[in-house]
Amino acid sequence: MIKKEMIAMLLAGGQGSRLGVLTAKMAKPAVAFGGKYRIIDFPLSNCINSGVDTVGVLTQYQPLRLNTHIGIGIPWDLDRNVGGVTVLPPYEKSTNSEWYTGTANAIYQNLNYMETYNPDYVLILSGDHIYKMDYEVMLDYHKANNADITIAAMPVPIEEASRFGIVVTDDKKRIIEFEEKPAKPKSNLASMGIYIFSWPVLKEALIELSDQSACDFGKHIIPHCFKHDKRIFAYEYNGYWKDVGTLGSYWEANMELIDIIPVFNLYEEFWRIYTKSDTLPPQYVSGKARVERSIIGEGTEIYGEVYNSVIGCGVTIEEGAIVRDSIIMKDSVIRKGCQINKTIIAENVEIGENVVTGVGEFAESKLDKKVYAFDLVTIGENSYVPPNMKIGKNVAISGITEADDYNEGALESGEYIIKAGEVR
Amino acid sequence: MRAIGIILAGGNSTRMRELSNKRAIAAMPVAGSYRSIDFTLSNMTNSHIQKVAVFTQYNAKSLNEHLSSSKWWDFGRKQGGLYVFTPTITSDNNSWFRGTADSIYQNLSFLKSCHEPYVVIAAGDGIYKLNYNKVLEYHIEKKADITIVTTRLPKGEDPCRFGLIKTDVDGRITEFEEKPMVATSDIISTGVYVIRRRQLIELIERCAQEDRHNFVTDILVRYKNLKRMYAYPLESYWSSISTVESYYRTNMDFLKPEVRNYFFKQYPEVYSKVEDLPPAKYNPGAEVHNSLVSSGSIINGKVENSLLFKKTFVGNNCVIKNSIILNDVYIGDNTYIENCIVESRDTIRANTSYIGEDGAIKIVVEKNERYVL
Repeated sequence: MIKKEMIAMLLAGGQGSRLGVLTAKMAKPAVAFGGKYRIIDFPLSNCINSGVDTVGVLTQYQPLRLNTHIGIGIPWDLDRNVGGVTVLPPYEKSTNSEWYTGTANAIYQNLNYMETYNPDYVLILSGDHIYKMDYEVMLDYHKANNADITIAAMPVPIEEASRFGIVVTDDKKRIIEFEEKPAKPKSNLASMGIYIFSWPVLKEALIELSDQSACDFGKHIIPHCFKHDKRIFAYEYNGYWKDVGTLGSYWEANMELIDIIPVFNLYEEFWRIYTKSDTLPPQYVSGKARVERSIIGEGTEIYGEVYNSVIGCGVTIEEGAIVRDSIIMKDSVIRKGCQINKTIIAENVEIGENVVTGVGEFAESKLDKKVYAFDLVTIGENSYVPPNMKIGKNVAISGITEADDYNEGALESGEYIIKAGEVR
Repeated sequence: MRAIGIILAGGNSTRMRELSNKRAIAAMPVAGSYRSIDFTLSNMTNSHIQKVAVFTQYNAKSLNEHLSSSKWWDFGRKQGGLYVFTPTITSDNNSWFRGTADSIYQNLSFLKSCHEPYVVIAAGDGIYKLNYNKVLEYHIEKKADITIVTTRLPKGEDPCRFGLIKTDVDGRITEFEEKPMVATSDIISTGVYVIRRRQLIELIERCAQEDRHNFVTDILVRYKNLKRMYAYPLESYWSSISTVESYYRTNMDFLKPEVRNYFFKQYPEVYSKVEDLPPAKYNPGAEVHNSLVSSGSIINGKVENSLLFKKTFVGNNCVIKNSIILNDVYIGDNTYIENCIVESRDTIRANTSYIGEDGAIKIVVEKNERYVL
């Protein structure tokens, strides 16, 4: 008889379109983070560290990278005889086959998966947040309150509260009101998109709302349960939590890891973050190199200068190249004499000799001014930038570019070159 | 695969000085994030040898920890796998392994229960890459009884701590001297042998009857004229780490781009236990030149021509020169370290200085209390 007290359902199917070219070919949870991790490592590690050993990962958008990363779950000890990690893509049914149309709809389509484990509680997680959290403590809180639903919520500055879904609670932390992005917030407790449901409550709500189009937890399931007088409690969380949904917040969260004593500390023995990593040699820093205020992954070779940056595994930074305030992911190469400023360089990119990035005046992005802001240069995976190019701010580059694609050896601020063709 | 593997990892060497107090040589950390047995284990798995026995005896705690799972080398299979054999008391034997041949004799049932026709025997302290299938092909082609992998020792090395070999033009071994007083050749045995399984069982059994226990002196040297023994020359990088000097030099070799390139950027790969440590962190004040830095390290001071193994902490204003800092060492502020090997899990107090004088390598063992969060 299979029985798991609590299983987790991890929503990892979203594109994360505000990460621009970084998510052109992979889902947001698969994007590299902090030198050697991918974003999904954080919720997965939280699960196993909390004793949750059964995790369904719901995938939909560009799942290849995610699938190869998760595999059978060995890096997180989620390769189990019973339970473990299961990747759950949308599938064809005898009637009404459909994609996952919303967060709750995706969970609804996997009712059978959850039934298999005969759970008492189901933990709903999202695959794109950076944080460490003990879900077991949250479960204890859920039980102590005899709750139907517990929503993790964190206090945010009241002036920013209008950007979030806000919960208003009574003095016992029972939620008495919801406000979605309120103009005048009554509280500063923002929902983090982490829920514990008592299984019968979740099952009933999912079935009742099964005809709801694009059924969503925040928009439909929670309000539905609220209307039916379910006991919904807020679990206040006060640690580090970051939604890396935009290029700006993604860059910022990476940069926070460099601080002398980072708020989000990866070096603690307790609550380790696991990731799939190959056996890699140590990094090499050459005689002429200079590295300061940076974190650097395994197997990287540095012959140039690196300041204030997050460098992934297997990167090469050649002699005379200077990298500042940048993120460089796995296996990329920065050739001699480059000057890389405030640039996000995705995996397996080659930057030709003497390329200068992130210079010039500010200009709004012509591609998408909401996505490519923050003065960042963003270069998608497998791209090539030819030698001697000068690249401005708020620029996006993707694909194998040639000198002819540039305006006399330059790409002014706000411009873009998208060669792959399918990137928004 | 036509062969099984045996790795002899029970050894200790007084020439490793204090470093061998803590672990068998096969478990010595090498090249920042490996242990010496990783190279042989990776060679085995890359040669598609699926059944590997590791014989341990001397202080195997680190080694057993390292081998706690065989999945890193892809040995976690239904067919074959990784077997670790330590000496045990049985109804008819109550002694330790009295030598390499005895260690095989005491586990002869393993050898008898296999069906593979050949055995590759390798020492656990060699740093090299080798496809054992190539040796096996050579062994079959030469119709040899025993094939020994040999290498030419670089100039300036003392051959007298190895087994010296002379061959005829065909590669057949004519002379084998174990650790002679005077060197007459610079061709040495690497401690890697290929032999037919039944032949090995026969030799080991006879050896045991005669109360002899050493594979090299009691089998190889004594049988050199009786059996067809051939030398397979290994032309690429090979190093044994069984003395402090060679251990230091081998590690320093990895600062050379050609050595790193050969081991880490060319097929096949070297595998090791993956430890999920965060990336290395360089704080303000860090100044690192010509050094290897492993994951989990945090650097606040100056590091030159050195290797920092996993989880090294270097405090403010430290200077580390020409040194090897093994795993999980904490170095307090204002410390000066030159020409040293710092033992793993050491805590070096602030404001101290350790210098290996006159080109000698100093081994630092400092078990101080560590007051760190």
